[in-house]
Amino acid sequence: MLDSAFFHRWTVAVAAAVDREADRLTELDSAIGDADHGSNLRRGFAAVVDAQGEDPPGSPGAVLGFAGRKLISTVGGASGPLYGTLLRRTGKALGETPEVSVAELAAALRAGTDAVAQLGGAAPGDKTMLDALIPAVEALETAAEKDDTKDDAAAAFRAARDAAESGALATVPLRARKGRASYLGERSVGHQDPGATSAALLFRTFAEIAEVAEATEAAG
Amino acid sequence: MSDPRVGLVLVSHSAAVASAVADLARGLTGGGPTAPVAAAGGDPDGGLGTNAELIAQAAHEVDEGAGVAVLVDLGSAVLTVKSLLADEDELPPNTRLLDAPFVEGTIAALVTASTGAPLDAVEAAAAEAYTYRKT
Repeated sequence: MLDSAFFHRWTVAVAAAVDREADRLTELDSAIGDADHGSNLRRGFAAVVDAQGEDPPGSPGAVLGFAGRKLISTVGGASGPLYGTLLRRTGKALGETPEVSVAELAAALRAGTDAVAQLGGAAPGDKTMLDALIPAVEALETAAEKDDTKDDAAAAFRAARDAAESGALATVPLRARKGRASYLGERSVGHQDPGATSAALLFRTFAEIAEVAEATEAAG
Repeated sequence: MSDPRVGLVLVSHSAAVASAVADLARGLTGGGPTAPVAAAGGDPDGGLGTNAELIAQAAHEVDEGAGVAVLVDLGSAVLTVKSLLADEDELPPNTRLLDAPFVEGTIAALVTASTGAPLDAVEAAAAEAYTYRKT
């Protein structure tokens, strides 16, 4: 089961990962966007970590809801309301329960992803963050149902990470149909989508945190 | 105290654009005091982008109780306002995002709001700005 400390560690680790990858995200964004994706997300997640402090709130839903609100108010670009909506809606779906299963998280992330699609009006294949998010959520749902992975959070998150990273890579040949990149038409082809890349980073971080938790349990 | 009017919030990626469009609309509305209008442009660091806190602050500032109309340029401005509207306690009650061209829609909205017209009429006037063809 995943508790609020797990999600608190996840937000801190995402902030570190975004900080580490900010230049790469901005570089991807300078090819087809307005070159602010890395710096915007860095500002947003740094604000989340700063505001949430050391002690996590009592439930995973509260951790994600707080982070989502903070992203909306601090990012300054479209990734703020989009990631903010993802986390807030996921948090809302999780409710106030103190511990959640991978299956519950997968269902909540599905609700969050649907809310992102509704807010931005994008569909799979439009070369957006959804192209990483949707396969990741599907992989997490599948892993949460399979007998050999349903009790193994780290394995489930690895499957989600792999699906997200494949999804992000698969945006390279796509033509952008949403956001500023869509103005470029055919010229958006051949570049990896920055939003799909940062979405994959969220799932890579889930896998890392789950592996650390697993190793700690084994050692304990 | 006069009757409450609809307030306007102008959200642009550029602080200069938001405040210039507010000035332009006030100037073209003329004839006495206009309905309240506040500019919320730029990102939290003063660069190009959107600032949710500034938008919420501007909406509360122009709220006289008759509703608040929000006009936006594009991209994150649209998404930020929509996500603020999805959260019930961020913006004053009866705040509405208008589907209208930023400059022309703002002028139409301010002229209409300044007559004391209700939010529905302000929204209709702003949306109608889309139908004016230039060629």
